[in-house]
Amino acid sequence: MREKILNVLEKNGRISVHDLAILLGEDEIEVANCIGDMERENVICGYHTLINWDATTEEKVTALIEVKVTPQRGMGFDKIAERIYKFSEVHAVYLMSGAFDFTVIIEGKTMRGVAQFVSDKLAPMEEVQSTATHFVLKKYKDHGTILVAESSDERMLITP
Amino acid sequence: MRNPLSDKVLDIKPSGIRKFFDIVSEMKDAISLGVGEPDFDTPWHIREEGIYSLEKGRTFYTSNAGLKELKVEIARYLKRRCNLDYDYNHEIMVTVGGSEAIDLALWAMLNPGEEVLIPQPSYVSYLPCTQLADGVPVIINLKEENQFRLTKQEFLDHITDKTKVLILPFPNNPTGAVMTRADLEEIAQVIIEKDIFVISDEIYSELTYTGEDHVSIASLPGMFERTVLINGFSKAYAMTGWRLGYACAPRLLLDQMLKIHQFAIMCAPTTSQYAAVEALREGDEDVKQMRESYNQRRRYVVKRLRDMGLECFEPYGAFYVFPSIKGLGMSSEEFANQLLQEEKVAVVPGTAFGDCGEGFLRISYAYSLNELKLALDRIEAFVKRHMPEEKGE
Repeated sequence: MREKILNVLEKNGRISVHDLAILLGEDEIEVANCIGDMERENVICGYHTLINWDATTEEKVTALIEVKVTPQRGMGFDKIAERIYKFSEVHAVYLMSGAFDFTVIIEGKTMRGVAQFVSDKLAPMEEVQSTATHFVLKKYKDHGTILVAESSDERMLITP
Repeated sequence: MRNPLSDKVLDIKPSGIRKFFDIVSEMKDAISLGVGEPDFDTPWHIREEGIYSLEKGRTFYTSNAGLKELKVEIARYLKRRCNLDYDYNHEIMVTVGGSEAIDLALWAMLNPGEEVLIPQPSYVSYLPCTQLADGVPVIINLKEENQFRLTKQEFLDHITDKTKVLILPFPNNPTGAVMTRADLEEIAQVIIEKDIFVISDEIYSELTYTGEDHVSIASLPGMFERTVLINGFSKAYAMTGWRLGYACAPRLLLDQMLKIHQFAIMCAPTTSQYAAVEALREGDEDVKQMRESYNQRRRYVVKRLRDMGLECFEPYGAFYVFPSIKGLGMSSEEFANQLLQEEKVAVVPGTAFGDCGEGFLRISYAYSLNELKLALDRIEAFVKRHMPEEKGE
């Protein structure tokens, strides 16, 4: 049941427990309990809104930063990651395989703001060997949702 | 001037859906639950394969029966999903939608005056195609109390010494009924005893919600040689506009169907055939996801309809719900027309699928949850307004 609930919620975080129970053919109370359990266990970590900021007047820049670090003895990468992800500007941190160690995604108001964060906060960290900053120019698709498409139902109104 | 028209064609009644379509088309901003095709786009990897085939310049005819790769994939698919063994070389042909295959099968099998048993409510083409092929349609009116399945007794009651073919349209459009293995075994027994053949239209075979896989009647003992199995890509892979289906039958039958196809059609669209190869090779996961999505919406629509006081048997296949409106004291057509006028929601009257569809509506749930909600809210308002007061309390 968990997986089924998550599959629906992942695409529609606003659905009511009542409707969700109907869709899945499950008991409403059981569904509510299951969601509660998953919230407590941090399986469900939050309910966010997917916003296409490009369609608003709000200025936002997103940057993807490749970071190479020296892992600390006994702590591996986790301690360094923590020092990075605790900054509120940091949107996401992933440990990567390959040529660099972390992907850090930063959201800021201006390019200058992001640059400042990299030069003042990230690059000077003792464990950080190097950074490479890439600014996002346009978001086409985010979280599995196409941001640029208009969808319309082109089917005929009545077909056999 | 002489009358240029054929009496046979003139005798064929125009589709009941057509009439309603014209009314709906004139209605501005009507919302519709009347569509008989998926709301999903064809999965991108399948479309991409079609585009690629065009880029590569694969713009020629294929062989009459279809691309070898596609026939091989169809044979593999039928083995994997239905445990059927069809020889891709002689027992499978690719057609322009399942509808062409229905037509071909009837042409290939019927002599003038031979009877075709057509269970109704069902898809609109069986009856006129039978008439065009000089067959005599014999309608079996399916009953709600049997969940619109064909029972052995109903079948036996309609058999005469002229009966040649039974059409078996399950999972069913418009009722959503499915036949279980046990149901099919009873039918198969009669078919063999009475020496009849079956055209099994299994276009909705991937869309069943019983938790058990679809059973094809062709897979039952003694039935392979008596069955023309029809399926296609429209419903399972959301590929209606690609116009691609297929027929499988013993060579004796298929050779003759192919002969008609060869003269009338040449071959199914080449681009669509390449896309369909990809669908069968890599599309299982897409089908699974779409099925789950339909199933969720099915539960929602059934619950809403029952909550508003409409009787509604549990449909376990296709993407239609077939509620009864008998409590409202109006005919299906009146209900559909008034609903359209008053609430601007289009549904299809059950009578479009046969006279025994009177008292029912076909509601399609191939729509997003939000659209369904909006439409069902309006239907609910309509039903409340027109439902006669309970007597007594």
